[in-house]
Amino acid sequence: MGNTSSMLTQYDIEEVQEHCNHAFSQQEIVSLYHRFCQLDRNSSGFITGDEFLSVPEFAVNPLSQRLLRMLDGLNFKEFVAFLSAFSPRISLQQKIEFLFKVYDFNSNGKVTFDDILSVLRDLTGSFISEQQRQEVITRVLEEAGYRRDSSLVLSDFMRILGSSQLKMEVEVPID
Amino acid sequence: MGGLDSSSMETDLDRPNIEEYLTTETIREVPKKLHLSDLLDISPTLTEAAGAIVDDSFTRCFKSNSPEPWNWNIYLFPLWCLGVVVRYGILFPARVGVLALGWIVFFAAFLPVHFLIRGHDKWRRKIERKLVEMMCSVFVASWTGVIKYHGPRPSRRPQQVFVANHTSMIDFIILEQMTAFAVIMQKHPGWVGFIQKTILESVGCIWFNRTESKDREVVATKIREHTQGVDNNPLLIFPEGTCVNNHYTVMFKKGAFELGCAVCPVAIKYNKIFVDAFWNSKKQSFTTHLAQLMTSWAVVCDVWYLEPQYIRPGEIPIEFAERVRDMISVRAGLKKVPWDGYLKYFRPSPKLTERKQQIFAESVLKRLEEK
Repeated sequence: MGNTSSMLTQYDIEEVQEHCNHAFSQQEIVSLYHRFCQLDRNSSGFITGDEFLSVPEFAVNPLSQRLLRMLDGLNFKEFVAFLSAFSPRISLQQKIEFLFKVYDFNSNGKVTFDDILSVLRDLTGSFISEQQRQEVITRVLEEAGYRRDSSLVLSDFMRILGSSQLKMEVEVPID
Repeated sequence: MGGLDSSSMETDLDRPNIEEYLTTETIREVPKKLHLSDLLDISPTLTEAAGAIVDDSFTRCFKSNSPEPWNWNIYLFPLWCLGVVVRYGILFPARVGVLALGWIVFFAAFLPVHFLIRGHDKWRRKIERKLVEMMCSVFVASWTGVIKYHGPRPSRRPQQVFVANHTSMIDFIILEQMTAFAVIMQKHPGWVGFIQKTILESVGCIWFNRTESKDREVVATKIREHTQGVDNNPLLIFPEGTCVNNHYTVMFKKGAFELGCAVCPVAIKYNKIFVDAFWNSKKQSFTTHLAQLMTSWAVVCDVWYLEPQYIRPGEIPIEFAERVRDMISVRAGLKKVPWDGYLKYFRPSPKLTERKQQIFAESVLKRLEEK
């Protein structure tokens, strides 16, 4: 734990645990703290975009820029809350909510055709033409009973993904 | 890399090809018709990203694991304090003294030999070599190095290079005290750079500059010339290209392995019992690192000189490099990771991201055609 300026007290750990709805055990929170301090090289209290991108596995992820927007300037408590969506203790509903937030770029509670297009663009890059992308989205939207100009809200996402086998879990190594 | 449990990490560690390593998770099963739920479900990609945030094999290679304190109770604490007094008050000044004396003797002998004995180059070189070896021994003594060498000592023959895993610049000093190698080093600023320029030139060192892209070809040419020279000191290369924390090895650069000559692997493993010899160049300067070593009890280390390897017919240099890395990692008890050490300084190539995008795009298109 080379560059930590302060240790976590029991109070701190419990506060963080409350904030993330007990998604992580106390040991996992301590581990995450070590990791946070490791990534936060200049000990500024939050991890900058550059510091995240210094993890090669993260930098090569097609959604890294989008996630960086959500991760920017988070302190440790918020960092753990962000990662709580990936805990096995969190319900499917809460995971779907997280997914919704990733799509809902301007945080207005609505996911439009353009939002979906934007994510698909990040994921497929130059390997599908823009036109094909729009075609794909229009087709699946219509098949699900929506129109191209519909905007989806959280309850729509719950309905669409509620029965899917959404696997979104990460294991926190306990050192 | 979705659910990053350690067992799946172990099996993935042997892959030399980064692209293979990264893309297994995004390849799904048999293509079925594409529904809205499938399109919206970006959980695999998100899981990979979160997995990387929580733990990644690259950052682990450069983590300095500070030792657990053992001085926590009433009789150990005074003992530890006494130890601190001895180390900082007695050992450290004594060592600095030894080092200073060593430098004086060295310069007193080296400078006249270097500048005055012209024309008897062979003798001059021999004396300079011996002096450098002596100076390195002084350095090792200054941190009370307890070094066990295993295996046949390196011999001076043409057409061979030595490769070793890299933990700190002291690797070079440890190896140099046994045999005067010519080494390839990153040009450093400060007093280290000064020493590089004046003294190490005499043993035939080659400089490179990580940040210059054309540099690689220039260095490759110099290496080739050096290995062909008969009277040159054996060449030592650290193919990882950067200091790693002596628990892992990162990918070896293929430069040393495409010279068409014998490659002699050297494995170095430090025992962390008194001090961690990993030089975290982002966290401390070399001077601080040396000071840390000089205020500990000892630096304990094992060096194994392994059997010279030749490239096998049909083997490409990268495979050869991986085979040698395997030998060194097994001997020194290090885990292999499939990352390029230069990722410490540079971002990964966008081609890796594009590869993932391509795989995803192809699967979407394929599923679109399913009815």
